[in-house]
Amino acid sequence: MNSFQTYRWHFLVLIIALVCSFLLNISLGSVGIPLSETLSSVFGDSVQNSSWDYIIWNYRIPKALTAILAGSALALSGLLMQTLFRNPLAGPFVLGISSGASLGAALLIMGSGLFTGLFSFTLLNDVALAVAASLGSFLVLLAVVVVASRVKDTMALLIIGLMFGSVTGALVSVLSYFTKAEKLQQFVYWSFGSVGNLSWPQLTLLLGIVLVGIILSILSIKSLNTLLLGENYAQSLGIHLKKSRYLIIIATGLLAGSVTALAGPIAFVGLAVPHLTRQIFHTTDHRILVPAVLVYGAILLLLCDTIAQLPQSENVLPINAITSIFGAPVVIWLLLRKKRMVF
Amino acid sequence: MAESNTSNNVLKVIDLNIGYKNKSITENIDFTLKQGELMAVIGVNGIGKSTLLRTMANAQEALSGNIEVDDKSLISYTPRELSSKLSVVLTEPLASKNLSVIELVALGRQPYTNWVGTLTTTDKKKIKEALNMLDLEPLQHKKCYELSDGQLQRVMIARALAQDTSIILLDEPTTHLDLFHKVQILKLLRSIAHNTKKTIVFTSHEIEMAIQICDQILLLNGKDNPFGRPQDLIKKQAFERIFPDDVVTFDATTGTFRIKK
Repeated sequence: MNSFQTYRWHFLVLIIALVCSFLLNISLGSVGIPLSETLSSVFGDSVQNSSWDYIIWNYRIPKALTAILAGSALALSGLLMQTLFRNPLAGPFVLGISSGASLGAALLIMGSGLFTGLFSFTLLNDVALAVAASLGSFLVLLAVVVVASRVKDTMALLIIGLMFGSVTGALVSVLSYFTKAEKLQQFVYWSFGSVGNLSWPQLTLLLGIVLVGIILSILSIKSLNTLLLGENYAQSLGIHLKKSRYLIIIATGLLAGSVTALAGPIAFVGLAVPHLTRQIFHTTDHRILVPAVLVYGAILLLLCDTIAQLPQSENVLPINAITSIFGAPVVIWLLLRKKRMVF
Repeated sequence: MAESNTSNNVLKVIDLNIGYKNKSITENIDFTLKQGELMAVIGVNGIGKSTLLRTMANAQEALSGNIEVDDKSLISYTPRELSSKLSVVLTEPLASKNLSVIELVALGRQPYTNWVGTLTTTDKKKIKEALNMLDLEPLQHKKCYELSDGQLQRVMIARALAQDTSIILLDEPTTHLDLFHKVQILKLLRSIAHNTKKTIVFTSHEIEMAIQICDQILLLNGKDNPFGRPQDLIKKQAFERIFPDDVVTFDATTGTFRIKK
């Protein structure tokens, strides 16, 4: 019953917060650039120091845009999974998407030592890594979709997704065990997640895939709302259960898979943002939740990335550490305050 | 049987055999319901009451036989068409209890709304009517987790009512409720059936209440599955054989069961 109109102030505030986080994110970093100069650069005016212009346009803006896309996509896929599996602990990675990507990345980084000749070292760049990771998550997702066509019960699908995750995780462990330290380190760096390494063409690719994922999610809004009653009720309300389930799984695969492939497995955002959004908006209506988690996810990851770059210092922390250290206590606090795990 | 073939036969079940994958649970189910009739499906645990309900809702296939909704075979309906003919109230818990009462009832309008589920004035009117009929207006902004079992059952019935179908199927709507709320729900079902001309089928263990309140009863006994008006079934001594004689007996004059001491 809650129409979009009821929430227009919420959304206005959110959009302003998003713009502020974006500007904050691109003005802070290891090189201090005054906010006024950042603004001039963004709006195409002349900047005192031309290297600042370069830093902003070739490093910071792509990074901030990646954070926005990754945060939105992960948050939305988390929402899709929580509703589909009727499980508040579900996140974008329950279907084994991140472990599939890990396996792909692990095979490329660590397997190249085992299959010398097949891979030359020059292949081992970021693009190859992204391709391997997306191939990995796509294959695991494909396996899950094949299984999904056979099982009637969505809960069984959840467990199967987790099992796929365990198997791929085990394979990664085996690979790690037989790998030299420096290759292992390279893999560990990938698994920390990073929104900083994307070029403009990669960013455009990510944008395209994420947009398709968002469109599929918007088309699923009605069935998502009906699924809040449970699958049997959804069916009795005329929802084509199998079709809706495929649509939701494919949307999740595109959203979470593309982000994981290009930015590594970023933890926590997908699980936490839908909870935060439900608590703040007091609704379970996906017509509100879908746009809201997109904006919240973007803001959260922008802020996490801002902290991760440790302004004024030369070090950068792994973004995964920040999302978990700052995010998890917030969710715990929110849930304790409400004294009830509602979803 | 062939007394009337007028078009107000809303639900017709012919020689139905229900069960799972070639394992029949109950066969020989035959009954016909008219507009505005209230029917209870009764029988001991495991006899197939819920299976029958699921089969009638097209949630599972019949092994053989036919079900006709508005003189058209059930399986020829698309899910979307069927959702405007037949609504259900199930025993399974809600996936999300974070919905408010009015949001949940509004979901009953899904078969009629557009691709994103926008409610029209007609939808809002139907939702208001449903809330009104079940006395839920004071509760409409409460969340479902704040409600008692009896209130939640009324909300679920309101949702089915908002779906505006000619048939409503309810699986054990009175389980977990105390005597007062059981009677309250059953009386509500009766008044909905008679006032809105909807055909209502529910499964129940409350044989004595069903005898007093229903227009028709289907007694699943695993053999001939008698169907008819309660007083006719009493005359046919259909209730005597439900439970073993040495435990409970049926008293035909009062329509109640007596424990053998």
